[in-house]
Amino acid sequence: MQLTNRSKQVSNKEMTLAEKMYLPAITKGLGITLKHFFLKKATKPYPDVKTYLGPVFRGHHVLKRDEQGRERCTACGLCAVACPAEAISMVAAERTKGEEALYREEKYAAVYEINMLRCIFCGLCEEACPKQAIYLRHDRFVPVFSDRDEVIYGKDKLVEKSDDRYVRTNPNVQATPTEPSLSRSVS
Amino acid sequence: MTTEELDLANKAGVPARTDEGPVQYVNELTTLNLGPTHPATHGIFQNILQMDGEKIVSGEQTIGYIHRAFEKIAERRPFYQITTLTDRMNYCSSPINNMGWHMTVEKLLGIEVPKRAQYIRVIMMELARIADHLVCNGILGVDTGALTGFVYLFEEREKIYEIYEEMCGARLTTNMGRIGGMERDLSAEAIRKIKKFLAEFPKVLREFESLLNRNRIFMDRIVGVGGISAERALSYGFTGPNLRAAGVDYDVRVMNPYSSYEDFEFDIPVGQSGDTFDRYMVRNEEIWQSLRIIEQAINNLPEGSHFADAPQYYLPPKQEVYKNMEALIYHFKIVMGEIDAPVGEVYHAVEGGNGELGFYLISDGGRAPYRLHFRRPCFIYYQAYPEMCKGATLSDAIVIMSSMNVIAGELDA
Ligand code: SF4
Ligand code: SF4
Repeated sequence: MQLTNRSKQVSNKEMTLAEKMYLPAITKGLGITLKHFFLKKATKPYPDVKTYLGPVFRGHHVLKRDEQGRERCTACGLCAVACPAEAISMVAAERTKGEEALYREEKYAAVYEINMLRCIFCGLCEEACPKQAIYLRHDRFVPVFSDRDEVIYGKDKLVEKSDDRYVRTNPNVQATPTEPSLSRSVS
Repeated sequence: MTTEELDLANKAGVPARTDEGPVQYVNELTTLNLGPTHPATHGIFQNILQMDGEKIVSGEQTIGYIHRAFEKIAERRPFYQITTLTDRMNYCSSPINNMGWHMTVEKLLGIEVPKRAQYIRVIMMELARIADHLVCNGILGVDTGALTGFVYLFEEREKIYEIYEEMCGARLTTNMGRIGGMERDLSAEAIRKIKKFLAEFPKVLREFESLLNRNRIFMDRIVGVGGISAERALSYGFTGPNLRAAGVDYDVRVMNPYSSYEDFEFDIPVGQSGDTFDRYMVRNEEIWQSLRIIEQAINNLPEGSHFADAPQYYLPPKQEVYKNMEALIYHFKIVMGEIDAPVGEVYHAVEGGNGELGFYLISDGGRAPYRLHFRRPCFIYYQAYPEMCKGATLSDAIVIMSSMNVIAGELDA
């Protein structure tokens, strides 16, 4: 049935005499596989060699601190609303006197949990956050679990350590010259 | 003995005739469960086959093993979160599903997407189509006993996934693009990777072709297996490569162009009789056509913005959110899903990896769809499966299934 003038017949089921003989096809196939035997190996011996996953890869979550080391998250709950997997839960608390060095805003997340069994790494929480608080690291995966108790990540695992600050562009690799978009940049 | 006679013979009490006279058969057929977790079915679906020795007398398919009620979940999700559901339908080509969904919502909201965004979408969708066809054709090789070609192709699929990674940050469940455009422009690195892929991939594909296309062993195995006439295919509702293999040149990209497909030159490959060989050849040629489209798109990439000027639907840039009150309000409204969607019904179809992937959306003006239906091509192909493998041998049934590219995630949704 012809509906357009763009159709192109591609199937030819008649075999020529040369094709009918098994032998040429077999030798050709063996030749190709033999050639690959001498080519460079494509596999990478993970975890000894790690692949660079691109500057915007969505990996392990991190709750950022600001320049003075204060937690940025203000427990607004937008990330929890944006999460299609309903993986995030939090308890907000009021900052008291003397905690100004710990929390940037007057309200902070006393408990912040992500259930990593629910999370689908869609990156919508990062996009939703108005405080540049949550990011998905491009350089780290969430490790495998062997126990159900391990899957709920609390603040101890999520908030970045002061000696292990996360920056989106990894200086050790040739990153993308242009920052992909404003909505993903880290200040 | 024909299958009809066998059917008759197996009804208890009906005498069948042999040379020695009437014989009463009790049940000489074997019931074979192919699946649900059989390595050769590439997904979780069950086929209950009635076998007469090595021949399939009749089949009964069971679906629903990975039914996740996407249509129901979608009724409670804001539009932008439904993208993550579409990722999980045809997971070999999730960008096509993502873009199809975005375009459906844009149709409802009346957003006009700039040319540049449309071209980027075309590039991503065609890369996804290549990835999908590579899997299908590679697996067909594996099912006929040719493992090597598949391994070489997967090296190239990896490169497509690296482009996804550069574009959206994930490989399989991409969640790529946003309602109203793309979430970010093509980076220089992404363009470099696409151009590199365009330069290097044809060589690998040609090598794969020389391994399989005219190989007598492969042809003997699949020519004339699992044929379906154009008429039967149409009455089942086939679309995509499986219909084109039967000789009907129906392609949504040409019949109903979306996302600037009318700008590109490409052919629609068709087959002769809808058998496995035709399906294989059509997919093979479609990879070449997709490469042509990507080449045209990347060379004529228009200047301009990668998102539409629709501040009430497309998230404002983060920098704006911090200092501009209006942007902050839009940001909150969009993330909370409180956008003003009009009341209405829309249907939008894209040419998915294996056929017309349609989205039928009814909106009652609320934050989530009132009802959403996915027209999933795999669901339709699978209905025809018993008819197509009737009379074939068991090993042919496997080949027919993989050549139809039935993907469980899309079948059940
Ligand atoms: S990445 Fe997606 S699923 Fe995971 S916590 Fe963020 S929003 Fe939820
Ligand atoms: S991480 Fe961001 S979005 Fe989530 S509660 Fe904290 S400030 Fe709000």
